[in-house]
Amino acid sequence: MREKSRRFIAVDIFYILMMALPILFSIFLKVVMTPVKEGIVISGALIFMEVPMPVQNLLITEAQVNSLMVMISILFLCLYMTHGIKNGSWLKRHTIAEILVEKTQSMTTGNMGEYFKGFAPFIAAILALSAFSSLMSLFGLYPPTSDVNIVGGWAILVFVLITHYKMKCGIVQYAKSFANPVLMAPLNIISEVATPVSMAFRHYGNVLSGSVIGVLLATGLGGLSNMIFGALPGFLGDFPFLRVGIPAILSIYFDVFSGLLQAYIFAMLTMLYVSGGFPLELYEQRKLKKRARAKI
Amino acid sequence: MLEIAIGIILGCCALGAGSAMIAGIGPGIGEGNAVAKACEAIGRQPESKGDVTTTMLMGCAIAETTGLYALVIAILLIFVAPQRFIDILINTIK
Repeated sequence: MREKSRRFIAVDIFYILMMALPILFSIFLKVVMTPVKEGIVISGALIFMEVPMPVQNLLITEAQVNSLMVMISILFLCLYMTHGIKNGSWLKRHTIAEILVEKTQSMTTGNMGEYFKGFAPFIAAILALSAFSSLMSLFGLYPPTSDVNIVGGWAILVFVLITHYKMKCGIVQYAKSFANPVLMAPLNIISEVATPVSMAFRHYGNVLSGSVIGVLLATGLGGLSNMIFGALPGFLGDFPFLRVGIPAILSIYFDVFSGLLQAYIFAMLTMLYVSGGFPLELYEQRKLKKRARAKI
Repeated sequence: MLEIAIGIILGCCALGAGSAMIAGIGPGIGEGNAVAKACEAIGRQPESKGDVTTTMLMGCAIAETTGLYALVIAILLIFVAPQRFIDILINTIK
Protein backbone atom coordinates (compact mmCIF):
# COMPACT_ATOMS: atom_id res chain seq x y z
CA MET A 1 0.00 0.00 0.00
CA ARG A 2 1.54 3.25 -1.10
CA GLU A 3 0.76 6.60 0.47
CA LYS A 4 -1.22 9.16 -1.52
CA SER A 5 0.69 12.39 -1.98
CA ARG A 6 -0.91 15.63 -0.87
CA ARG A 7 -1.27 16.84 -4.46
CA PHE A 8 -3.08 13.61 -5.42
CA ILE A 9 -5.60 14.12 -2.62
CA ALA A 10 -6.13 17.77 -3.59
CA VAL A 11 -6.92 16.79 -7.20
CA ASP A 12 -9.26 14.08 -5.92
CA ILE A 13 -11.15 16.59 -3.81
CA PHE A 14 -11.38 18.93 -6.80
CA TYR A 15 -12.89 16.15 -8.93
CA ILE A 16 -15.43 15.22 -6.25
CA LEU A 17 -16.41 18.87 -5.88
CA MET A 18 -16.85 19.19 -9.63
CA MET A 19 -19.07 16.10 -9.56
CA ALA A 20 -21.32 17.54 -6.88
CA LEU A 21 -21.39 21.19 -7.96
CA PRO A 22 -23.44 20.77 -11.19
CA ILE A 23 -26.15 18.89 -9.27
CA LEU A 24 -26.18 21.56 -6.56
CA PHE A 25 -26.32 24.21 -9.26
CA SER A 26 -29.40 22.54 -10.81
CA ILE A 27 -31.07 22.31 -7.41
CA PHE A 28 -30.30 25.99 -6.82
CA LEU A 29 -31.75 26.95 -10.22
CA LYS A 30 -34.84 24.85 -9.53
CA VAL A 31 -35.39 26.46 -6.12
CA VAL A 32 -34.89 29.97 -7.47
CA MET A 33 -36.91 29.63 -10.66
CA THR A 34 -39.92 27.59 -9.49
CA PRO A 35 -42.97 29.84 -9.34
CA VAL A 36 -45.05 29.89 -6.15
CA LYS A 37 -48.13 27.71 -6.53
CA GLU A 38 -50.74 25.96 -4.46
CA GLY A 39 -50.81 22.19 -4.14
CA ILE A 40 -49.33 19.62 -6.50
CA VAL A 41 -49.47 20.21 -10.24
CA ILE A 42 -48.19 18.15 -13.15
CA SER A 43 -46.32 20.35 -15.58
CA GLY A 44 -43.51 20.12 -18.08
CA ALA A 45 -39.98 21.35 -17.57
CA LEU A 46 -39.48 24.86 -16.22
CA ILE A 47 -38.53 27.42 -18.85
CA PHE A 48 -35.50 29.40 -17.71
CA MET A 49 -35.21 31.84 -20.62
CA GLU A 50 -36.11 32.42 -24.24
CA VAL A 51 -33.56 33.15 -26.91
CA PRO A 52 -35.04 34.94 -29.94
CA MET A 53 -34.49 33.01 -33.17
CA PRO A 54 -35.70 33.68 -36.73
CA VAL A 55 -38.26 30.86 -37.00
CA GLN A 56 -39.24 30.17 -33.41
CA ASN A 57 -37.99 31.30 -30.04
CA LEU A 58 -35.42 28.91 -28.59
CA LEU A 59 -36.48 27.85 -25.10
CA ILE A 60 -33.77 27.07 -22.56
CA THR A 61 -35.57 24.63 -20.28
CA GLU A 62 -34.74 22.80 -17.11
CA ALA A 63 -34.32 19.55 -19.04
CA GLN A 64 -31.54 20.92 -21.24
CA VAL A 65 -29.69 22.52 -18.35
CA ASN A 66 -30.00 19.35 -16.28
CA SER A 67 -28.72 17.14 -19.08
CA LEU A 68 -25.68 19.41 -19.53
CA MET A 69 -25.05 19.26 -15.78
CA VAL A 70 -25.26 15.45 -15.87
CA MET A 71 -22.69 15.42 -18.67
CA ILE A 72 -20.27 17.57 -16.65
CA SER A 73 -20.84 15.38 -13.60
CA ILE A 74 -20.16 12.18 -15.56
CA LEU A 75 -17.03 13.68 -17.09
CA PHE A 76 -15.56 14.39 -13.67
CA LEU A 77 -16.75 11.02 -12.36
CA CYS A 78 -14.73 9.36 -15.14
CA LEU A 79 -11.70 11.56 -14.39
CA TYR A 80 -12.01 10.70 -10.71
CA MET A 81 -12.25 6.96 -11.34
CA THR A 82 -9.22 6.90 -13.64
CA HIS A 83 -7.09 9.42 -11.74
CA GLY A 84 -3.52 8.17 -11.57
CA ILE A 85 -4.36 4.85 -13.24
CA LYS A 86 -1.43 2.77 -14.45
CA ASN A 87 -0.31 -0.81 -14.73
CA GLY A 88 -0.60 -2.46 -11.32
CA SER A 89 -2.81 0.19 -9.73
CA TRP A 90 -3.47 0.02 -6.03
CA LEU A 91 -6.79 1.86 -5.70
CA LYS A 92 -10.23 0.24 -5.55
CA ARG A 93 -11.81 2.67 -8.00
CA HIS A 94 -9.27 1.74 -10.68
CA THR A 95 -10.42 -1.84 -10.41
CA ILE A 96 -14.06 -0.73 -10.70
CA ALA A 97 -13.24 1.35 -13.77
CA GLU A 98 -11.43 -1.59 -15.38
CA ILE A 99 -14.38 -3.89 -14.68
CA LEU A 100 -16.80 -1.38 -16.22
CA VAL A 101 -14.68 -0.96 -19.35
CA GLU A 102 -14.24 -4.71 -19.77
CA LYS A 103 -17.97 -5.34 -19.29
CA THR A 104 -18.96 -2.78 -21.93
CA GLN A 105 -16.35 -4.08 -24.35
CA SER A 106 -17.48 -7.68 -23.96
CA MET A 107 -21.14 -6.62 -24.26
CA THR A 108 -20.43 -4.63 -27.43
CA THR A 109 -18.40 -7.34 -29.13
CA GLY A 110 -20.91 -9.98 -28.03
CA ASN A 111 -23.91 -8.15 -29.46
CA MET A 112 -22.40 -6.36 -32.46
CA GLY A 113 -19.51 -8.54 -33.57
CA GLU A 114 -15.79 -7.90 -33.92
CA TYR A 115 -16.20 -5.26 -36.63
CA PHE A 116 -17.93 -2.82 -34.24
CA LYS A 117 -15.33 -3.12 -31.47
CA GLY A 118 -14.80 0.64 -31.50
CA PHE A 119 -18.40 1.25 -30.48
CA ALA A 120 -17.80 0.41 -26.82
CA PRO A 121 -17.13 4.02 -25.65
CA PHE A 122 -20.23 5.29 -27.44
CA ILE A 123 -22.44 2.59 -25.91
CA ALA A 124 -20.97 3.24 -22.47
CA ALA A 125 -21.59 6.98 -22.90
CA ILE A 126 -25.24 6.41 -23.85
CA LEU A 127 -25.73 4.01 -20.94
CA ALA A 128 -24.18 6.37 -18.39
CA LEU A 129 -25.94 9.48 -19.70
CA SER A 130 -29.34 7.83 -19.79
CA ALA A 131 -29.00 6.11 -16.42
CA PHE A 132 -27.72 9.17 -14.58
CA SER A 133 -30.30 11.42 -16.26
CA SER A 134 -33.11 9.18 -15.03
CA LEU A 135 -31.58 9.07 -11.55
CA MET A 136 -31.66 12.89 -11.37
CA SER A 137 -35.24 12.58 -10.09
CA LEU A 138 -33.85 11.17 -6.84
CA PHE A 139 -32.54 14.68 -6.11
CA GLY A 140 -36.00 16.14 -6.69
CA LEU A 141 -34.94 17.52 -10.07
CA TYR A 142 -36.72 17.19 -13.39
CA PRO A 143 -35.18 14.12 -15.07
CA PRO A 144 -34.03 15.14 -18.58
CA THR A 145 -35.16 11.77 -19.97
CA SER A 146 -38.81 12.62 -19.28
CA ASP A 147 -38.57 15.38 -21.90
CA VAL A 148 -39.13 14.09 -25.43
CA ASN A 149 -36.73 16.69 -26.88
CA ILE A 150 -33.69 15.27 -25.10
CA VAL A 151 -34.41 11.62 -25.84
CA GLY A 152 -35.47 12.54 -29.36
CA GLY A 153 -32.05 14.05 -29.91
CA TRP A 154 -30.35 10.83 -28.87
CA ALA A 155 -32.71 8.81 -31.08
CA ILE A 156 -31.89 11.02 -34.09
CA LEU A 157 -28.18 10.52 -33.40
CA VAL A 158 -28.72 6.75 -33.40
CA PHE A 159 -30.77 7.02 -36.59
CA VAL A 160 -27.93 8.88 -38.32
CA LEU A 161 -25.54 6.11 -37.24
CA ILE A 162 -27.87 3.40 -38.54
CA THR A 163 -28.25 5.15 -41.89
CA HIS A 164 -24.51 5.74 -42.14
CA TYR A 165 -23.74 2.06 -41.67
CA LYS A 166 -26.50 1.03 -44.08
CA MET A 167 -25.02 3.34 -46.71
CA LYS A 168 -21.51 1.90 -46.37
CA CYS A 169 -22.10 -0.31 -49.41
CA GLY A 170 -23.21 2.59 -51.58
CA ILE A 171 -26.48 4.47 -51.96
CA VAL A 172 -27.80 2.09 -54.64
CA GLN A 173 -27.51 -0.84 -52.25
CA TYR A 174 -29.21 1.24 -49.55
CA ALA A 175 -32.16 2.03 -51.84
CA LYS A 176 -32.35 -1.61 -52.93
CA SER A 177 -32.69 -2.80 -49.34
CA PHE A 178 -36.05 -1.00 -49.12
CA ALA A 179 -37.54 -2.40 -52.33
CA ASN A 180 -37.49 -6.05 -51.35
CA PRO A 181 -40.18 -6.93 -52.55
CA VAL A 182 -40.91 -3.81 -54.56
CA LEU A 183 -44.52 -3.42 -53.42
CA MET A 184 -43.45 -3.25 -49.78
CA ALA A 185 -41.26 -0.16 -50.33
CA PRO A 186 -43.61 2.42 -48.70
CA LEU A 187 -44.13 0.23 -45.65
CA ASN A 188 -40.38 -0.33 -45.32
CA ILE A 189 -39.73 3.41 -45.47
CA ILE A 190 -42.38 4.02 -42.78
CA SER A 191 -40.88 1.37 -40.53
CA GLU A 192 -37.44 2.91 -41.07
CA VAL A 193 -38.72 6.29 -39.91
CA ALA A 194 -40.61 4.68 -37.03
CA THR A 195 -37.37 3.37 -35.51
CA PRO A 196 -36.15 6.63 -33.90
CA VAL A 197 -39.70 7.65 -33.01
CA SER A 198 -40.36 4.42 -31.14
CA MET A 199 -36.96 4.58 -29.42
CA ALA A 200 -37.59 8.12 -28.19
CA PHE A 201 -41.19 7.46 -27.12
CA ARG A 202 -40.31 4.23 -25.32
CA HIS A 203 -37.66 5.86 -23.17
CA TYR A 204 -39.50 9.09 -22.47
CA GLY A 205 -42.90 7.46 -21.96
CA ASN A 206 -41.55 5.08 -19.32
CA VAL A 207 -39.85 7.79 -17.28
CA LEU A 208 -42.70 10.29 -17.67
CA SER A 209 -45.39 7.75 -16.74
CA GLY A 210 -43.45 6.95 -13.58
CA SER A 211 -43.34 10.58 -12.48
CA VAL A 212 -47.02 11.16 -13.38
CA ILE A 213 -48.11 8.11 -11.38
CA GLY A 214 -45.94 9.25 -8.47
CA VAL A 215 -47.56 12.70 -8.43
CA LEU A 216 -51.08 11.22 -8.72
CA LEU A 217 -50.39 8.85 -5.81
CA ALA A 218 -48.97 11.66 -3.67
CA THR A 219 -52.05 13.80 -4.34
CA GLY A 220 -54.42 10.93 -3.59
CA LEU A 221 -52.63 10.05 -0.36
CA GLY A 222 -52.73 13.70 0.69
CA GLY A 223 -56.52 13.74 0.25
CA LEU A 224 -56.90 10.42 2.06
CA SER A 225 -54.86 11.50 5.07
CA ASN A 226 -56.83 14.74 5.16
CA MET A 227 -60.01 12.63 5.32
CA ILE A 228 -58.70 10.34 8.09
CA PHE A 229 -56.69 12.73 10.25
CA GLY A 230 -58.58 15.91 9.36
CA ALA A 231 -60.46 15.93 12.67
CA LEU A 232 -57.24 16.26 14.70
CA PRO A 233 -56.62 19.76 16.09
CA GLY A 234 -54.21 22.31 14.66
CA PHE A 235 -51.05 21.29 12.86
CA LEU A 236 -51.76 17.56 13.15
CA GLY A 237 -54.95 17.94 11.11
CA ASP A 238 -53.20 19.69 8.22
CA PHE A 239 -50.13 17.49 8.01
CA PRO A 240 -50.41 14.76 5.29
CA PHE A 241 -49.13 11.77 7.30
CA LEU A 242 -49.79 9.18 4.59
CA ARG A 243 -47.71 11.10 2.08
CA VAL A 244 -44.57 10.38 4.13
CA GLY A 245 -42.67 7.39 2.82
CA ILE A 246 -45.37 5.54 0.91
CA PRO A 247 -44.74 7.18 -2.50
CA ALA A 248 -41.05 6.38 -2.04
CA ILE A 249 -41.77 2.66 -2.30
CA LEU A 250 -43.28 3.20 -5.73
CA SER A 251 -40.41 5.49 -6.62
CA ILE A 252 -37.94 2.60 -6.17
CA TYR A 253 -39.58 0.86 -9.10
CA PHE A 254 -40.45 3.85 -11.29
CA ASP A 255 -37.39 6.04 -10.77
CA VAL A 256 -34.55 3.60 -10.10
CA PHE A 257 -35.45 0.26 -11.69
CA SER A 258 -37.39 1.57 -14.67
CA GLY A 259 -34.82 4.27 -15.42
CA LEU A 260 -31.89 1.86 -15.35
CA LEU A 261 -33.80 -0.73 -17.39
CA GLN A 262 -34.67 1.86 -20.03
CA ALA A 263 -31.02 2.95 -20.22
CA TYR A 264 -29.99 -0.67 -20.80
CA ILE A 265 -32.71 -1.16 -23.41
CA PHE A 266 -31.81 2.04 -25.26
CA ALA A 267 -28.16 0.96 -25.46
CA MET A 268 -29.14 -2.60 -26.44
CA LEU A 269 -31.45 -1.40 -29.22
CA THR A 270 -28.75 0.96 -30.49
CA MET A 271 -26.35 -1.97 -30.76
CA LEU A 272 -28.89 -4.26 -32.41
CA TYR A 273 -30.10 -1.69 -34.95
CA VAL A 274 -26.64 -0.46 -35.93
CA SER A 275 -25.15 -3.92 -36.32
CA GLY A 276 -28.34 -5.38 -37.80
CA GLY A 277 -28.60 -2.82 -40.58
CA PHE A 278 -24.99 -3.21 -41.69
CA PRO A 279 -24.49 -5.80 -44.47
CA LEU A 280 -21.09 -7.06 -43.31
CA GLU A 281 -20.60 -9.82 -45.90
CA LEU A 282 -21.43 -7.57 -48.82
CA TYR A 283 -19.10 -4.89 -47.46
CA GLU A 284 -16.20 -7.31 -47.18
CA GLN A 285 -16.83 -8.64 -50.69
CA ARG A 286 -16.76 -5.11 -52.04
CA LYS A 287 -13.56 -4.40 -50.14
CA LEU A 288 -11.89 -7.48 -51.62
CA LYS A 289 -13.01 -6.53 -55.12
CA LYS A 290 -11.67 -3.00 -54.69
CA ARG A 291 -8.34 -4.32 -53.49
CA ALA A 292 -8.10 -6.69 -56.44
CA ARG A 293 -8.89 -3.85 -58.83
CA ALA A 294 -6.25 -1.64 -57.23
CA LYS A 295 -3.60 -4.36 -57.68
CA ILE A 296 -4.33 -4.68 -61.41
CA MET B 1 -72.73 29.27 -25.28
CA LEU B 2 -68.92 29.48 -25.06
CA GLU B 3 -68.99 27.73 -21.68
CA ILE B 4 -70.90 24.78 -23.15
CA ALA B 5 -68.44 24.55 -26.06
CA ILE B 6 -65.45 24.60 -23.71
CA GLY B 7 -67.13 22.01 -21.52
CA ILE B 8 -67.67 19.74 -24.51
CA ILE B 9 -63.98 20.14 -25.47
CA LEU B 10 -62.76 19.26 -21.97
CA GLY B 11 -65.12 16.31 -21.62
CA CYS B 12 -64.24 14.87 -25.01
CA CYS B 13 -60.52 15.23 -24.30
CA ALA B 14 -60.97 13.27 -21.06
CA LEU B 15 -63.07 10.62 -22.82
CA GLY B 16 -60.50 10.30 -25.58
CA ALA B 17 -57.67 9.94 -23.07
CA GLY B 18 -59.57 7.26 -21.21
CA SER B 19 -60.44 5.27 -24.30
CA ALA B 20 -56.90 5.62 -25.65
CA MET B 21 -55.66 3.71 -22.63
CA ILE B 22 -57.71 0.65 -23.67
CA ALA B 23 -54.52 -0.12 -25.61
CA GLY B 24 -53.03 -1.09 -22.24
CA ILE B 25 -54.76 -4.46 -22.58
CA GLY B 26 -52.46 -5.57 -25.40
CA PRO B 27 -49.09 -5.13 -23.69
CA GLY B 28 -50.56 -6.61 -20.51
CA ILE B 29 -51.51 -9.85 -22.22
CA GLY B 30 -48.27 -9.92 -24.24
CA GLU B 31 -45.99 -9.34 -21.29
CA GLY B 32 -47.91 -11.88 -19.23
CA ASN B 33 -47.30 -14.47 -21.93
CA ALA B 34 -43.61 -13.57 -22.10
CA VAL B 35 -43.15 -13.88 -18.35
CA ALA B 36 -45.06 -17.16 -18.23
CA LYS B 37 -42.84 -18.65 -20.91
CA ALA B 38 -39.74 -17.32 -19.15
CA CYS B 39 -40.86 -19.00 -15.91
CA GLU B 40 -41.34 -22.27 -17.79
CA ALA B 41 -37.90 -21.96 -19.34
CA ILE B 42 -36.27 -21.27 -15.97
CA GLY B 43 -38.12 -24.26 -14.50
CA ARG B 44 -36.78 -26.47 -17.26
CA GLN B 45 -33.24 -25.11 -17.23
CA PRO B 46 -32.49 -23.35 -13.92
CA GLU B 47 -28.85 -22.81 -14.91
CA SER B 48 -29.82 -20.39 -17.72
CA LYS B 49 -31.73 -18.07 -15.39
CA GLY B 50 -29.58 -15.00 -16.05
CA ASP B 51 -29.85 -15.12 -19.83
CA VAL B 52 -33.58 -15.84 -19.77
CA THR B 53 -34.28 -12.96 -17.38
CA THR B 54 -32.27 -10.47 -19.45
CA THR B 55 -33.95 -11.50 -22.68
CA MET B 56 -37.38 -11.42 -21.04
CA LEU B 57 -36.88 -7.89 -19.69
CA MET B 58 -35.73 -6.78 -23.12
CA GLY B 59 -38.75 -8.33 -24.83
CA CYS B 60 -41.12 -6.93 -22.23
CA ALA B 61 -39.77 -3.44 -22.78
CA ILE B 62 -40.27 -3.73 -26.51
CA ALA B 63 -43.78 -5.16 -26.12
CA GLU B 64 -44.58 -2.20 -23.90
CA THR B 65 -44.09 0.24 -26.77
CA THR B 66 -47.68 0.16 -28.05
CA GLY B 67 -48.98 0.80 -24.55
CA LEU B 68 -46.60 3.72 -24.23
CA TYR B 69 -47.83 5.21 -27.50
CA ALA B 70 -51.33 5.16 -26.03
CA LEU B 71 -50.00 6.70 -22.83
CA VAL B 72 -48.29 9.52 -24.73
CA ILE B 73 -51.52 10.22 -26.61
CA ALA B 74 -53.51 10.20 -23.36
CA ILE B 75 -51.04 12.58 -21.67
CA LEU B 76 -51.12 14.92 -24.67
CA LEU B 77 -54.94 14.83 -24.65
CA ILE B 78 -55.09 15.73 -20.98
CA PHE B 79 -52.30 18.28 -20.60
CA VAL B 80 -51.80 19.83 -24.03
CA ALA B 81 -54.84 19.39 -26.26
CA PRO B 82 -57.60 21.24 -24.29
CA GLN B 83 -55.69 24.53 -24.29
CA ARG B 84 -54.94 24.22 -28.01
CA PHE B 85 -58.55 23.41 -28.89
CA ILE B 86 -59.93 26.24 -26.74
CA ASP B 87 -57.49 28.67 -28.39
CA ILE B 88 -58.63 27.50 -31.84
CA LEU B 89 -62.28 27.89 -30.83
CA ILE B 90 -61.80 31.41 -29.47
CA ASN B 91 -59.79 32.42 -32.54
CA THR B 92 -62.53 31.19 -34.89
CA ILE B 93 -65.22 33.06 -32.95
CA LYS B 94 -63.20 36.27 -33.24
